[in-house]
Amino acid sequence: MTVGNTAVVQPSLVEARRSLWRRVGDWLPAVMVAIGFLLVWQVAVMAFGVQRFILPAPLAIAGAFGTYFSEIAAAAAYTATEAIGGLIFGVAGGLLVGFVTARWVSAREALLPFAVAINAIPIIAFAPIMNNWFGLANPASKMAIAALLVFFPVMINTVRGLTLVEPAALELMRSTAASELTVLRKVRIPNALPFIFTALKVATTLATIGAIVGEYFGAPRASLGQYIVQHAAYFNFERSWAAIIFAAAIGISLYLLVLLLERLVMPWHASFRSHET
Amino acid sequence: MTADQPASASASPVVEVRGARKVFAGQSGQRVEALRDIDLTIGRGEFISLIGPSGCGKSTLLRLIGDLTSPSGGSVTISGKSAHRARLDRDYGIVFQSPVLFDWRTVEKNVQLPLEVSGVPRAERHERAARMLELVELSDFAGHRPWQLSGGMQQRVAIARALALNPQILLMDEPFGALDEMTRERMNLELLRVWQATGTTVVFVTHSIPEAVFLSTRVVVMSPRPGRITDLIDVDLPYPRTIDTRELERYFELVTRVRESLRAGEGREAGEQAEAGRRVRAEGLSA
Repeated sequence: MTVGNTAVVQPSLVEARRSLWRRVGDWLPAVMVAIGFLLVWQVAVMAFGVQRFILPAPLAIAGAFGTYFSEIAAAAAYTATEAIGGLIFGVAGGLLVGFVTARWVSAREALLPFAVAINAIPIIAFAPIMNNWFGLANPASKMAIAALLVFFPVMINTVRGLTLVEPAALELMRSTAASELTVLRKVRIPNALPFIFTALKVATTLATIGAIVGEYFGAPRASLGQYIVQHAAYFNFERSWAAIIFAAAIGISLYLLVLLLERLVMPWHASFRSHET
Repeated sequence: MTADQPASASASPVVEVRGARKVFAGQSGQRVEALRDIDLTIGRGEFISLIGPSGCGKSTLLRLIGDLTSPSGGSVTISGKSAHRARLDRDYGIVFQSPVLFDWRTVEKNVQLPLEVSGVPRAERHERAARMLELVELSDFAGHRPWQLSGGMQQRVAIARALALNPQILLMDEPFGALDEMTRERMNLELLRVWQATGTTVVFVTHSIPEAVFLSTRVVVMSPRPGRITDLIDVDLPYPRTIDTRELERYFELVTRVRESLRAGEGREAGEQAEAGRRVRAEGLSA
């Protein structure tokens, strides 16, 4: 009996240990590269006496990060609000227009080429215009530019996801006399989810970029964009770099949030299968 | 409509196709005649195979019967009602070459899909899906995801789903075309077992002569350009058919008979093509 038990238990333990190691193994190269990169940076700055206004050493940046943490964090909170606001409006708009466009073929044919074309132009160039429309001190000006950046990829991917359905799947639904609404709920929307999440991942980065670049052209002092610009102007480059770390943190956090949401909403998707069976 | 039609059409047909035509608008505007003058009567519980080379319209005919496309002329009736009415009444189950299973559903939930669409209550859905999975011998895989199953198993799930609503007619469009030969022969036996257990009428599109002969009560031979029925062959092999059926003298005779019938259609077409070729060359010379 006991022999039988160990025979059952052991493989699963071994399996668990192996998968843990595999996970560590997956991350190890990336961590090593990051550490190596910082090390080379630090040593290079010290060895070649690189001027701090060209490239501050990692340790100097870390120092500024610690010293000015609360004031940069306050600026980051302001910028994050803009990015998240823009993200919400842009995604909501993109989904809404995407669904409408996908539903009516004539609307799709009329709108989609424009959307694709507009998506190809650098919308960030409109940042000063948005500042002018909504006011420099109004976070709505940055939300607008972030939302505009986010809108098009979300809309285009929503349309693609809702319309690029296997023809046989639609015939299958037709053979069961399913209504348009049923087809939408049971086939088109699940089919669109991977497309939409791809767009959302791009959107998190775009929203962060939109907010910060918008701030470069004018914003309250307590914003990441202004913080970076002003301290660069005063030769406090360590503080600019520390603010950039915060900017990266906003982008990465939003990205991870979408990743988490994706796992919750579509755990069945192919991209999560690598560690199963 | 003749009023004095004999009321004693005793062997009540399930499918009646009368003078059906289908014309598609092809590229560059020219019309492609996919089907011409199709007449076909299918009796209740029959297993009919449609066979013919690519472009003979066999899939189009299947789609006409299933109201997935409508005829350019003629009529299709299912147990006396229009194909459209039959589709709304959910008289059809359908299986394609690809299993068309949804990754976001478990195997059981995939089988339940038609039941959900037609508003069957949850408890009954579960019970019927379980029965269907039992029928195709996949009960142990109810909780699996489609991508965890082999190709043959996926196609069995598709068959279970097609039968979930207990349809009058099972439409199958080259369902085993993507499977290897061994799996295909096993699936043929499976399908015959399921067909005999359910008593449903099957319309089966295939490229494979042995498959058509092995499965069917009747083989419908079609030929292309324009797509039409050139031969109807009764398959008088006894049921239940087993792996030994493929060894029978009569089986080989019927396979040969279907092959010759197909070749006759093809030969006619080859002749037409040769003639067309000569015409093109002649034009080339005169230009």
